[in-house]
Amino acid sequence: MSVTQTGIDVPLMGFVGEVLERLGDVVVAVEQCEPRRGIARVDPARTVEAAERMFAMDGSRLVTATGLEVRDGIDVLYHWALEPQGVVVTLKVLATRPDLTLDSLANVLPAANWIERELHDLLGANFRDHPDMRRLLLDDTWPEGLHPLRKSFDQIKDRPPLPANQSPPDVDVDVKAHRGDHS
Amino acid sequence: MSHKTIINIGPFHPLQEEAEFFQLHVDGETVIDVDVRLSYNHRGIEKLDESKTFDQVPFVVERVCGICSASHPLAYVQAVEEIAHVDVPERSLYLRTIVNELERLHSHLLWVGLAGHFLGYNTVFMWAWKYREPVMDVLETATGSRVNYANAKIGGSRRDISDEQLREIDKVVGELHRPLDMLTNAVLDDPVLHARLKGVGILSPEAAKAYGAVGPTARGSGVPIDVRRDDPYAAYDLVDWDVVTAPGCDVFGKAVVRLLECYEAIKIIKQCIKQIRPGEIDAKVESIPPGEGIGRVEAPRGETFHYVRSDGSNRPVRHKIRAPSYVNIPTFKASCIGQQIADVAITLAAVDPCYSCTERMCRVVDADTHVQVYQFADLVRLSQQKTDRMRRS
Repeated sequence: MSVTQTGIDVPLMGFVGEVLERLGDVVVAVEQCEPRRGIARVDPARTVEAAERMFAMDGSRLVTATGLEVRDGIDVLYHWALEPQGVVVTLKVLATRPDLTLDSLANVLPAANWIERELHDLLGANFRDHPDMRRLLLDDTWPEGLHPLRKSFDQIKDRPPLPANQSPPDVDVDVKAHRGDHS
Repeated sequence: MSHKTIINIGPFHPLQEEAEFFQLHVDGETVIDVDVRLSYNHRGIEKLDESKTFDQVPFVVERVCGICSASHPLAYVQAVEEIAHVDVPERSLYLRTIVNELERLHSHLLWVGLAGHFLGYNTVFMWAWKYREPVMDVLETATGSRVNYANAKIGGSRRDISDEQLREIDKVVGELHRPLDMLTNAVLDDPVLHARLKGVGILSPEAAKAYGAVGPTARGSGVPIDVRRDDPYAAYDLVDWDVVTAPGCDVFGKAVVRLLECYEAIKIIKQCIKQIRPGEIDAKVESIPPGEGIGRVEAPRGETFHYVRSDGSNRPVRHKIRAPSYVNIPTFKASCIGQQIADVAITLAAVDPCYSCTERMCRVVDADTHVQVYQFADLVRLSQQKTDRMRRS
């Protein structure tokens, strides 16, 4: 369990080591184990299980997730803070090409809701069974399948044209005329 | 009689890091659902940072938010310092602490003022903003600017604060004690405010954990988390101070936390000024090795989180920013549902999501006829009238 993908032994020490140990067999490799920081790679098929185990620990909190574009797909880094020890444990999960799909954590963990929508918008990662996969950051008129945080996206050349101005659906109404009924 | 209505609040407030659009689903006077939409003003700062050198990024990220413009650069430089294993000189640690605590003071005073306005206590609004002004002045004295302090730098601080300026800061924050006492007593002893804020906008500790709430939003629900104590940075482990929590889980608890944190900020600044010694302020970092680092700072609204990844070149490969409001705003799903319309303005404001510019854009629309019923000014008026009624009865 303490062997990284590169084959270097990372001994499990201190509180971070304890946390990684309690995660058990969902961890496939440990990449960093320092007094205040830990990084571990998690089996992509068991992300929800890993999140449930982390969430069950005392003082754990999902800080956010980072999406990293790598050769084989998108690495999603779930950053977990543990208080009051002041430790951040990062669980890395690889969403492989071409479908780039992971299981959604949002059903068990409301804190994951927005960040998964953001990862979908900006990097094109997909989350299975997400309860509310509407766009969070991109405009509704933004073209489908264009993900601005990808390395291949050029901010000038690939920028889609601005959508036309829309007028609001309701027209101006004399507000005062209606106040009497409600206030 | 049941009458379902949708209340739109937003979307644009250009002064804020995230423009927001709240859609309240209301049955009669009671809120039954909240929907939040973001990013009407998305500026793509994470993408932009990938095209900047490590030294340029602090100037970009301090523009993430005009109020937290000391916290974001500090979180970023801490992440880079973690990659490069830099030992920051002690004097610089104290300088960072002083600037960050001054920022907390001015931000909390700003919030107290706005909360007062929403509740119809315009005197509190005038007082709080009056006493915030000297804090802004000493920030300008110390860093050269009222916002965007350009103070943090990888390996240290960009400019020193002279002894004369330190004495000035000491004097100004010392003089804040009396007005703060007045404001705190005005809140803690006022029976109307108790009636108006207690039991309103309840966020249980379990919900705070599930939504990942941070800062005064979590501490107001009795969750004692504070990056300054848990994962100490700058000089916070060298001075004596307390984490402030409140048990009520309501808006009152959040107000108490913010007011009492102002005293802690003054305590921290005074100790820093006493303990700071002459010395280097810059570790002169030459290059950033490959690696990944995390920087966390307790901004006025909660934990600011930065993740930086370096491949050994002079630019970050990836820079992830998570501002505190991003995790605090979803808690409205827990705290607003079941509230009365008149209490919503203050419940939303209790999280301190830089609220000022919503006013112009808010209107209540009848769901069936699309006829406009209220504007945001009317919601504030409703809120103020409720206070007024309580005061008289």
